Formats: sequence, structure tokens, C-alpha cells
Amino acid sequence: MTSLIAVRGLTKTFTLHIQGGVQLPVLRGVELSVDAGECVVLGDPSGAGKSTLLRTIYGNYRAESGEVLIRHAGGVVDVARAEPRTILDVRRRTVGYVSQFLRVVPRVPTLDVVIEPLRSLGVPVAEALARARALLGRLRVPERLWGLPPVTFSGGEQQRVNVARGLIAGHPVLLLDEPTASLDADSRAAVVALIAEARDRGTAIVGAFHDASVRAALATRLVRLHGEAA
Amino acid sequence: MNDRPLLSVRGLTKRYGEHVACLDVGFDLWPGEVLGVVGESGSGKTTLLACLSGRAPVSAGCVEFTQRDGAVVNVLEMSEAARRKLARSDWGIVRQDPREGLRLGVSAGANVGEPLMALGARHYGRVRAAALEWLDKVEIDLGRIDDLPETFSGGMQQRLQIARNLVTQPRLVFMDEPTGGLDVSVQARLLDLLRGLVADLGLSAIIVTHDLAVARLLSHRLLVMRRGEVVETGLTDQVLDDPQHPYTQLLVSSVLQP
Repeated sequence: MTSLIAVRGLTKTFTLHIQGGVQLPVLRGVELSVDAGECVVLGDPSGAGKSTLLRTIYGNYRAESGEVLIRHAGGVVDVARAEPRTILDVRRRTVGYVSQFLRVVPRVPTLDVVIEPLRSLGVPVAEALARARALLGRLRVPERLWGLPPVTFSGGEQQRVNVARGLIAGHPVLLLDEPTASLDADSRAAVVALIAEARDRGTAIVGAFHDASVRAALATRLVRLHGEAA
Repeated sequence: MNDRPLLSVRGLTKRYGEHVACLDVGFDLWPGEVLGVVGESGSGKTTLLACLSGRAPVSAGCVEFTQRDGAVVNVLEMSEAARRKLARSDWGIVRQDPREGLRLGVSAGANVGEPLMALGARHYGRVRAAALEWLDKVEIDLGRIDDLPETFSGGMQQRLQIARNLVTQPRLVFMDEPTGGLDVSVQARLLDLLRGLVADLGLSAIIVTHDLAVARLLSHRLLVMRRGEVVETGLTDQVLDDPQHPYTQLLVSSVLQP
């Protein structure tokens, strides 16, 4: 496999046991390969399963059938079948993920939230902090907020903290789920510039972006999960 | 990655007469991994913890622990003396009620220093220095080192119990509802502290909790228990965000979102 990501025959159905066993089929036989330097944009409308696909590639959702292959540490890991500790290692070293929402931990200051992915790779604190400050600066997060926990920040500020955290480690694979959803034009441009730099460095990116200008700036390829049906 | 689990549990079963507290529980715990055990009251979580650490007799099963020298021992077949020795050197046990895990009649400093002395430390200055270092790590004012734990708040007592358990650098820590009896604000501080210590020290831990938010913050992997049986296991965020078993779905959907 030469791609960094190869999704093969991926199927995902949610079974809601407490709603009388209702079945929600979301993904059906999804095929997707992503090479280094590609930014694949999922072009379906809301509700088509874009977030589900991104979460399944990240190992946050379980695949029902099919393969989610990630090139990792000189080999290939099938996230759909890997042990938890292997998935955690894939997340630590290979796959970054930015969701729409920051899951905040009480009391942890913004800088510590942002440097955590680097710290887990063993990068010394001073170096990690320097990179975090540079990133937060570029993302226009006001410096007076850096020492505070993001719990009380606005949605847009939290989202930029989330972007900084997701991009800081320079993972070779990035999964982006509406990372610019609640941002004003200037902040959006800052996020887009950072993602474009990652792409041009050779990062393999899969993203869902609602905003047409963001898509235009980042996409090297547009795919639809539901070709005919959409 | 290490190629041998620190703890390997197979077929663990505990019966009280007709009642089954744990049925055929099995899992591996890897070095540096934090395993959360969740489920409602009466699901067998606390019994499981007591059985794993050899504090309660089991009806069947096997609990293998890999010692520092690489030798593998079955915790359930060790002599009482050997198990106590292993517990002193390699394990920490943090109880829900800190008063059960502390010695209330001696000072805070002695509570932290004693486990070191039990392992052979004799130099008073070094033991006291280690006690000070650990009181600082768990955010207890160093001016309180000679005070009795009786005079501490519940949150401080719990932090002191954690210091007492971690000062010996155990390889495996068992925690039973470590934030259980505490106010929410005190809980947040303790959780943050535990999270930092677990990451910095690369601890392996088994944490029993009925609080899914605590489980999400602290554990890498979850076991969901119901009526003594493990009904679901997996990566923590996978189990909580995409629960498969009806009971897990019920647990996750029953949590109030503030």
C-alpha cells in the first residue's frame, strides 16, 4: 500500500438498543485512498456520514465491516481491528484529528492543552511551549488567554485551541471535521493557511468543510460517500 | 511496545453462595495503561478490584503479575506473606474512603514516609525530603506536614492517600472510586492531579468508578460490568461514543449533560 490511508469496503450501522433496536445504516462499502500531500474533501451534504467516516478512521467509532488501513511506524495498521493500545499509538504518532468541539478538562490551561500531543511524543516542555505559542499566535488566540483553561472561552476561541492542538505534532495524517465552522473570516483564513502548509509538507488530509471558500483553498480532490444517492 | 502484559487475568469468578459477584472476567493490562472499570453499584466492580489485589478469595481464575525481574507470579496462589511483600513494593491501593487508606494517628509526613521505611529506607532526612516532595506534588501546603490527617478536609485526605500510595513508585495502582465522596470542585482538582501523575509517571492503573466522565478523563481502556460480567470492552472513547451493548448504551445515555 502506497497511500497513507486506505479505507476498503467500510460499512457502519448504528443499532440503537434502547430505542427498540432501530438500525441506522450510515456507511455502505466506502472506498477511499489518500496519498501524501492530498487533501480529500468529503463533499456530501449534512447527515451523509462524513463525521462518522472521520471518526471511524480515527478509531473513535467501530467499523462494522471492512478495513481502515493506516501506514504507521513502518508498517500498516488496520484500525478496524487493532488493539486499543495500538490505536492509541497510531493517534500519538501518525493520525491527528480536529473535531468541531474541544473536549475540555477543568483546570488545564490552554498552553498545556495544546502541548499535550507533543509531550506524549517526549518533546521537551520548553520546545513544545515555543511551538504552541507560535501556533496560538498565528491562530490569533489572544495571548492573555494562553494561561487560562479554555472552559470559559468563546466557541471560536475554543475551536482555534482545538486546531492548534490538532496540528502541533505535525502528524503525517490529519482528519478534520469542520475545523472552521464557528470562525470569523480572519481566523478562518489563519486556519486555512496552516492546513494548506501541512498539505504542502506532504500530510495526507481528509476533511469535511462546510464553507465553499475553504474547500476551494484546500481540496486537491472532492469525493462523495454516496455517489448516485446524493 | 512492551510485549508482555503487566497483569493478565483469566476466568476470574467470585461467588457468595448462590450470588455471583464476578463471572469469568478476563483481560490484560499493559505497562503504562490505565484501565477503567465502569458499571452501576452492585455490578461487581469493587469485588473485582479486591480479588485482583488478593484482598478477597476467589472461587476460580488466575491473576498473573509480571514482577520487576520479569518473573510471572500467580497472585492468587502466593502465600499471604509473599503477596504482602509484593503489594508493598509494587502496588498502590487507593480506597474510596481515604480514612481507610491512611493512618489517622500519625502525621501527614509520616503517612507518606512510612511506606518508604517499610521498604527499608532508614535515612530520616531522605524520607522527610521524599515526603515533602510528594506533599508538594499532591498540592498539600508543606506547612501541614506535621499535622494529623484528621485535621484535613476530605479532598486533602484523598490527596494525602494518593501521595502515600505513589511515593514508593508502584508499578500498578488499584483505585476504587478515587473521587467518590468529594465535592465537584474538589473532584476536578483531584482528577487533574491524577491525570498528570498517571501520565508523568507512566503508571499502570485499574480505576473502578461509576462516573463515566472520570473514566473518560483517566483511562485508556474500559471494561463495562453488569451483574458481575464484562459486557463490553474497548478503547475508552470508542466505548463511550459508540457503545455496542444495550447496557452500555443505557449507561451512556443516562448521564446528565450539565
